[in-house]
Amino acid sequence: MNRALRLIRRRLIGAIPVLLIVIVGTFLLLETAPGDAVDAYIVSTGGDAGLIEALRQRWGLDQSPMTRLATYLWSLSHLDLGHSVTFSRPILDVILERLPNTLLLMGSATALSFGLGSALGIVAGAKPGSFRDRFLSIGSLALYAVPGFWLGLVLTVLFSVQLRWFPISGIETIASGKTGLGRALDIGRHLVLPVAALGFIYLALYLRMMRTGMAEAWRQDFVLAAKARGISLRRIVIRHVARNALLPLVTMLGLQSAQMLGGSVVIETVFSVPGLGRLAQEAVASRDTPLLLGIILVSAVLVIAINLIVDILYAFLDPRVGASEATA
Amino acid sequence: MTPALNIHRLSVTYRRDRQEVEALSGVDLDVGAGEKLAIIGESGSGKSTLALAIAGLLPASAKIAGRIEWPSLGRPPVNGRDIGFVFQDPSASLDPVMAVGEQIAEVARAHRGMNWRQAYALAEELLARVKLPEPAALRKAYPHQLSGGQKQRVAIAAAIAGRPGLLIADEATSALDTIVQRDIVALIRQLVDEDGTSLLFITHDIALASEIANRIAVFRNGQLVEAGATEALVASPQQAYTRLLLQAHLGLEETVR
Amino acid sequence: MTIIHRFLKTPEGLAGALLLAAFVLVALAAPFFFPRDPLSIAGPALLRPFQDWSLPLGTDRLGRDVLAGIFHGARTSLAVSLAAAAASIAVGAIVGTLAGFGGGWTDEVLMRITDAFQTVPGFLLALAFVSVVGPSLGVVVAAIALSAWTGPARIARAEVLSIRERDYVASARVAGMHPLEIAFREVLPNALPPVLALASVIVAQAILVEAALSFLGLGDPNRVTWGGMIAEGRTVLRSAPFLSIVPGIALVLTVLGVYLAGEGAVETAAKRRSLA
Repeated sequence: MNRALRLIRRRLIGAIPVLLIVIVGTFLLLETAPGDAVDAYIVSTGGDAGLIEALRQRWGLDQSPMTRLATYLWSLSHLDLGHSVTFSRPILDVILERLPNTLLLMGSATALSFGLGSALGIVAGAKPGSFRDRFLSIGSLALYAVPGFWLGLVLTVLFSVQLRWFPISGIETIASGKTGLGRALDIGRHLVLPVAALGFIYLALYLRMMRTGMAEAWRQDFVLAAKARGISLRRIVIRHVARNALLPLVTMLGLQSAQMLGGSVVIETVFSVPGLGRLAQEAVASRDTPLLLGIILVSAVLVIAINLIVDILYAFLDPRVGASEATA
Repeated sequence: MTPALNIHRLSVTYRRDRQEVEALSGVDLDVGAGEKLAIIGESGSGKSTLALAIAGLLPASAKIAGRIEWPSLGRPPVNGRDIGFVFQDPSASLDPVMAVGEQIAEVARAHRGMNWRQAYALAEELLARVKLPEPAALRKAYPHQLSGGQKQRVAIAAAIAGRPGLLIADEATSALDTIVQRDIVALIRQLVDEDGTSLLFITHDIALASEIANRIAVFRNGQLVEAGATEALVASPQQAYTRLLLQAHLGLEETVR
Repeated sequence: MTIIHRFLKTPEGLAGALLLAAFVLVALAAPFFFPRDPLSIAGPALLRPFQDWSLPLGTDRLGRDVLAGIFHGARTSLAVSLAAAAASIAVGAIVGTLAGFGGGWTDEVLMRITDAFQTVPGFLLALAFVSVVGPSLGVVVAAIALSAWTGPARIARAEVLSIRERDYVASARVAGMHPLEIAFREVLPNALPPVLALASVIVAQAILVEAALSFLGLGDPNRVTWGGMIAEGRTVLRSAPFLSIVPGIALVLTVLGVYLAGEGAVETAAKRRSLA
């Protein structure tokens, strides 16, 4: 399908300047940070002034900022994000180790918020102005006002401390020796509360968008035409009204990915999920600025990748995308 | 022959900006079985309100008085099965994100007890009947890939997919350019003649009306001015307003038929 | 009927106005009702709520008055969210106007920078900024604005693009006004209303981001914050969950008030349009 391929190529080319700006931005932040990598290294290992000088020279920290930016770009092009003092390991390795947990958490939370949010949005939007419509819109607004980390704590108090249904923290039972399905179920049980805390907040967003989109779709002529053709109300709601209202939600899915990645920082911290967000909190706590900036860079790449996937998905859902350039 | 449709003292009022606006007042009109009746009038004459009222598509805020009876049915009409409706703007009346074949097939499925396979086969047949090229491929096309005239043909196919006894065409050609207009009018005439369908052809264009209809009803300000057989009405209109409409048109074209 | 009257007639507007009024009153009244430093010890540690009427909401792990914390926390929340929202809208409006009015390369460069800021998760950016520069009230405000100015920028740009073709802009050009003067004196004021419509969302988000930052220990250490109180309570979550729950309720009510007021304003505006 060359419509999708054209789209991918255009998006990838567009991502290059954006990524360059992000890199320069993180470099500037790194420069602003008091102390440099050598100071951090010396703090953790100890060493005299001579060693400091030698290290500065070896790591190129005595060079001009422009040279250092060039070095930074050069090492990034080799996928070298630098070395984490806290973990005594390459930053990229630490990040890649934590990434799957965050992807699992985000993926599940997105599925929850998008799936349940759009479904409830259909329920509300099927009859604009009805009681259930007003109830769901106000209810979702209240949910949207809840801070994720606090919702996480409340869920913990209720379901882990009081009811003891779910584990308090972590991603799986340590040294349980479980494998295969047993391990998957164990991870699932651990993820219920963090996914709920992260997902419920954004659920409100999708619900409200779906509802607004459906109210708009109801006013379209093709809905009146479908009524005139005697199509059942059920099919009109689902296949025509909701189907058309779904499109902006899919776009939102991409825009929301950056927000959700930010939200996972607090949620992973609350539930001690060893993911990218928790790593960011650890980097802040241990003042490991290069690690923190590495996380930001990887997050930016992740957001670009997610948006690309969403764009392709959108092109499949909306046949009009890219149609004008195909004829041009 | 029992008429398809009796309209008896039909009035429709809308509420707009806290004011009651009467769109139709006390209209009496019959549509015979297999008859081709044209409704003509300027915008605001109530002719579209009449079409929407017959199909039960008026907004909930509209107040309706009077009766619409379907003697040959003996039951309330079902949209799609008893009434086919073709709207003015084919770009707006087709769902932009659904393949045109499915939009025809869903009507057949709703009214003819077909499964999707049969409904799609019928959709292809109908696409051929409305004279669209390569129906098998076109079935999978989306509205934005078709021209305005092609889209209106698709909308007509969807309107007749339930084999309705009455086809309502509400300004179905006025969004199209002149040459395409004539083709669509010819197509509609051919389809209703072949199937013995009654036709309610709503237009502001008296020439188009006289081309297709055996009877014409003239509307003005929500009221029926006069109605009569096409030739008689064109040759010797009884009302001054009808004469005015004819004169306005004769200035543009030499003959009406 | 005045606009305010009409706004209060919508159920959302009324509920929002009441919640916001309570929030602002609490924030303003804090130094009068609780003149002592809210971070100082007021009584026995871990006193439950509704036990001692001089300390109605009880005390935390160190014996600090929870109600005093709520009052002074409202101050921080109010100050930070208003300042951050004002800063984001100001920066966004300026960038958007320059991009939309400048066009060409200016537009291209500014919009790519906006893209870059939207690509980085806003909260991570705020986290990194506070962590690098060091936590203080001003830095927290700057950090929140850093992640929130892109929305206003995009809207301002779109608005400016439609305004710059209008007659009065053309006549200002003919009159020989400097382009920057046209941009900021003729175009920007007219582009502002839809940008300001974003204000409620930005204020609400700012309150939530500030709370999350303080929850992670990146708030101003010399001030009480609701997020900080929740984090404090978290260490005794099993024995004294109220310490985390109470400030959270204050947060939810405040943010809800902002959203409801925003909804009410949108509805009032819609009604006004339909009447006109």
